[in-house]
Amino acid sequence: MSETACKHIILMSRSRMLLIMCCLLPECLSLLTSASAIFSFILLCGVVLMVGFFNLEYYTVVPSIACSKIALLGQVLHPRQFVHSLVHCIMGVVVAWCCAFTIGGRYRSLGHPCTQDESSSGPEMCLNEYHLVLLLAGAFIGYSHSLVGVVYNMNYVSFHTMQQYKYLRFKGALPLVVKASAVQALYCLRSFLLLYFFMGYAPRAWICKTLDLSINSSIHSLDSVSSLLDLSLLYHLWISGTFLLLTWYITVLLFRIFVTEVYSFPVQSTFTEDAHQCLPKVITGTQPMILKFLALQDLALLSQHSPSRRLEVFSLSQPGGHPHIWTALSKECLSLLSDLTERLVAHHDTVATNGRAKSQSTGSNKRSTTSSEGSVTSVGMEDMKTPRPSALIRTPGSVFLRSSVGAGLRTPLTTPFTPDLDSPFSSPALRRLTGPLEPQGALSPGFSSIQSPHVMRRGPKLWSASTDSQLNGSPPPSPGPAPSPSQAQLKPSFLVTFLQNRKDQVKNFLAKRMLIMYLFNKLPEASSQALFADSQVHIWALQGLSHLVAASFSEDQYGIVQTTLPTILSTLLLLQEAVDRHFKLPHTSSKPGHCSCSMGDDSYKTLRFALRSTLKTAVYRITATFGGHLHAVQMSAEHRKRLQHFLEYKE
Amino acid sequence: MHHWTKYVRVVEILRIVCLLQASVVYETFLTDAHLRFEANLATFYRIRKDSPALNLYFPRESLKPHSRQESSSKSAFRDHCETLYTRSAGAWRDAGLSGLLNEIANSSAEVPKWLGVSSSCVLALLRWVSSFHSSLFPHLTLSSEEMTAEFSQVLDWSDCAVRGFAWHPHTQKCAVALSDDSIKIYNPKSATTPTLKHRLQRSVAALQWKPLCASALAVACHNCLLVWHVDPTSLSTRPSSGCAQVLSHPGHSPVTSVAWSPNGPLLVSASPRDTALLVWDVAVESCVPLHRVGGGGVTYLSWSPDGSRVLAATPSSLFRVWETRMWTCERWPSLKGRCQSGCWSPDGSRLLFTVQGETVIYALTFTDNPGVPLMMSGGPKAATVVADLSETTLNTPDGDIMVGGEIQSLAWDPRGERLAVHVKGDAGAGRPAMIAVFKTQISPAFKLLPCGFVQGEAGTEPRLMQFNPNYQHGAQLTVCWSNGKITHVPFCFMSAGNPQPGLGGSPSFPLTQGRPADYNNQTLYTELIS
Repeated sequence: MSETACKHIILMSRSRMLLIMCCLLPECLSLLTSASAIFSFILLCGVVLMVGFFNLEYYTVVPSIACSKIALLGQVLHPRQFVHSLVHCIMGVVVAWCCAFTIGGRYRSLGHPCTQDESSSGPEMCLNEYHLVLLLAGAFIGYSHSLVGVVYNMNYVSFHTMQQYKYLRFKGALPLVVKASAVQALYCLRSFLLLYFFMGYAPRAWICKTLDLSINSSIHSLDSVSSLLDLSLLYHLWISGTFLLLTWYITVLLFRIFVTEVYSFPVQSTFTEDAHQCLPKVITGTQPMILKFLALQDLALLSQHSPSRRLEVFSLSQPGGHPHIWTALSKECLSLLSDLTERLVAHHDTVATNGRAKSQSTGSNKRSTTSSEGSVTSVGMEDMKTPRPSALIRTPGSVFLRSSVGAGLRTPLTTPFTPDLDSPFSSPALRRLTGPLEPQGALSPGFSSIQSPHVMRRGPKLWSASTDSQLNGSPPPSPGPAPSPSQAQLKPSFLVTFLQNRKDQVKNFLAKRMLIMYLFNKLPEASSQALFADSQVHIWALQGLSHLVAASFSEDQYGIVQTTLPTILSTLLLLQEAVDRHFKLPHTSSKPGHCSCSMGDDSYKTLRFALRSTLKTAVYRITATFGGHLHAVQMSAEHRKRLQHFLEYKE
Repeated sequence: MHHWTKYVRVVEILRIVCLLQASVVYETFLTDAHLRFEANLATFYRIRKDSPALNLYFPRESLKPHSRQESSSKSAFRDHCETLYTRSAGAWRDAGLSGLLNEIANSSAEVPKWLGVSSSCVLALLRWVSSFHSSLFPHLTLSSEEMTAEFSQVLDWSDCAVRGFAWHPHTQKCAVALSDDSIKIYNPKSATTPTLKHRLQRSVAALQWKPLCASALAVACHNCLLVWHVDPTSLSTRPSSGCAQVLSHPGHSPVTSVAWSPNGPLLVSASPRDTALLVWDVAVESCVPLHRVGGGGVTYLSWSPDGSRVLAATPSSLFRVWETRMWTCERWPSLKGRCQSGCWSPDGSRLLFTVQGETVIYALTFTDNPGVPLMMSGGPKAATVVADLSETTLNTPDGDIMVGGEIQSLAWDPRGERLAVHVKGDAGAGRPAMIAVFKTQISPAFKLLPCGFVQGEAGTEPRLMQFNPNYQHGAQLTVCWSNGKITHVPFCFMSAGNPQPGLGGSPSFPLTQGRPADYNNQTLYTELIS
């Protein structure tokens, strides 16, 4: 992806932040009476800006799904997350201070003059515990907001199936946001009161000590049951917590609405300097992820709704007469789909070889911890293109060595040409050792063991999309290309077996400890969710391809789609087979379940169901349009049989 | 626009004797009668051989409707020694706030006096407010069953043995909803007829198969939507209730209408009690409510065949046309009554609708501007009346008969050549309910001309009708009769316009393509081409 486009997107996002601020302005207008009110208002604006900045910085379109408790713990304790929590904690205090100031009365300030005893001369400053409780509640809610955000993937931005205008979408979501913030504030308040009841003396004593305040002994301290059950206090705590969460949630909501807004990319441009902004270029780009998502969304919509833009896709290049646009679009969609097929096949193989299934959690654990460092948004791409070791080969000659790319990958000879593999596993010798031992889970990178024809076919394709890993700057999360097992089987070294035994021993030892087991046990369905974490792109690719193919029946003047039709059909049928097999696995439920957690978007949990249904619809769309003509398409006997089922509506 | 009876005499009245086999309507027009008749006769036997008979008969006596009245059975089993708390919790769960208040007010002996009095007061206030509300929207006073009967497309729904019928959009397969709350699926190619029963499948108001899918069937039930996944290759005759997805949303009951998007995964559902139109993403079981002020509910939905627009009728004199790209809507207020039924032309450019209490068919024409909000797209400014079906007397060889009246429902065949109009009739005035069939032409100009009537056996009246979307030789109208029979009425013709890909009839038929020139003189309605 070109840098100007990135900047463009970032600028757009910044201006959206300003808009977000503007939307929050009227709330506070009525309070604008005094200079101090203006000050607290400015503080609030600063907080909202900060929250917006954090949204922008932490959002992701591919959720990171923790496959085990330990992975979740890793996410929570990650330094990046720590910064997030800390800043939100502080912002919570700031908002709570503003609330305390606005409420006034007994909450107004931290200290109040009091006469402790008759002996001392003059008044001294005592601690106002109401104010302190409010501030602490703000800090607690801020922290829990950050924590809940990690657990429920609040930074995940999902795209909607149906398009709506921004205002209508905001209006529709507003009641839910208000309800969610009120309920969440209630839960937070409950936890906070419990915590304060038991631990309240610690912050009180600390504040008194640092600020040299004394505790008014004539008033009961607040960490007793009777004083905590003060209805007015509870109400004020709850209302300020709701206000805090509401402003933050609205920021999140507006951010989501603006960032997922449909952007219409030009299909082709007359000027070469704009070529990088065109759909075929953007769709093959990888950074930032959101651009690829927006481009695929645009493709799905244009294929469905706008005949004029479809005509541009089916058009030929002016000098030369090549269908460049269609080739680029279909190639990218097909490579996305076959990647998913490979991923599914690999996962199925892992689960089928029973003993390996458990070791996957460590693999995915490693992946998720690496995913939270560096740029979160970049990692999804690496996942999606996991088997892209050839991306690192920058010799242009490899394009012409079509068949040798796949073969060359599996020899350690290529590794000297991959200098940016700076991970500890990058040494070819070590990698050969660790390769077969690596858990070959769905997300673990040891993919090259699947020697499906797609890997070979995609060789040159992968090379063409290779420029991102350096732009990105983050170390690749994969320990590099693993050598094929066939090679390892050819040379079963002593060291390998030794390491294997050691590993088993350690595993057995750890398995006896309850806590370890608890932490490392795989969460149900998590691996299945993680497999389909980025399936939104596959859904769009399926929709776009199938609609374009169906439209080509009447709109494609030059018959360019016909040349790709066999590939498209076989890719779809292969994916269909893999998806069917995946849903027959014991640990995947066949129906979407629902947990309605407050603001966290859990639509990633149901993406696989959407994908399954979209896939079937896509095949049916093609068969319904082409009908008996499909018999003329060349394909294998097995696929023909499968397609016949679709033609007879028996799938 | 001319009055329809002027030309009705030209058309021979056809009485279709409904045997348990398919019968063919011979369209005997004066001009090309001979040609057509011979051609039809030639194809008649082929059709009979091609399409296996799917004539079904459900005598009402064989169907035992559920006598499951929730309140009645419950009172028989209630343990009156329950504590107040248990009863209140039960009342809250069953009937919400008003139920809880009612329970408290009724058991004044067990509660403190102030609680009993205050709950009675609140209850009275609630009733007053709701009476005010239902004076605005009178349909809210109906019970759920009455509401379904009122707003269903089926004539006399509560008395009907067959409460719903749906052809599969791609294969010769149909689903029939019966009054015992079961659904049967008939497929001439398979020996098994699966029967679908579900605990929540009560008072089925509508059902529709999902397009571009072999197995999914959406059913509008009493207080939820069910989406059945019936595996076509399965040999099971009683698919378990695990095959059904339950889609429910608070306040969305009873569901009276469902519509699948013709090319996507979306499903819309409507309830007269819910002001929101729900758009479901069925695969992930999530919904987006589309709230708009006015109307007091949504009763009937129809998705245009090209997928670009949705008609949503409300219980008051207002209907909306939603555009499905950005989901904005266009209001059509100030009708004489509520919109009773509507249907779209196959290209989605024309909408015909009828209004309750009127005997005319209106048409709206939409220019095709997908993506542009309707208000700016230069859509129609006013609806035009295209046909008037007010009562009239026809003298036929069998004597004079009265025809015409209020319109129950409309159906347009998938090629846009035939329009079936289900006329309610009035048994007291000697006008039986019947189906009037019109010939239609969509391009270059919209034309409507009368074609004939479909009548059943003596003493029966049509209750429900639908065109078969997969009929090769013209159009086939499936009619469910009041005696529980389902028959199919084929109309054999060659498409006058361009045959659609995949749908066009077999070219081997020796039919003439030409239409007689003097048809234009006979048309009931012709659009002016400006």
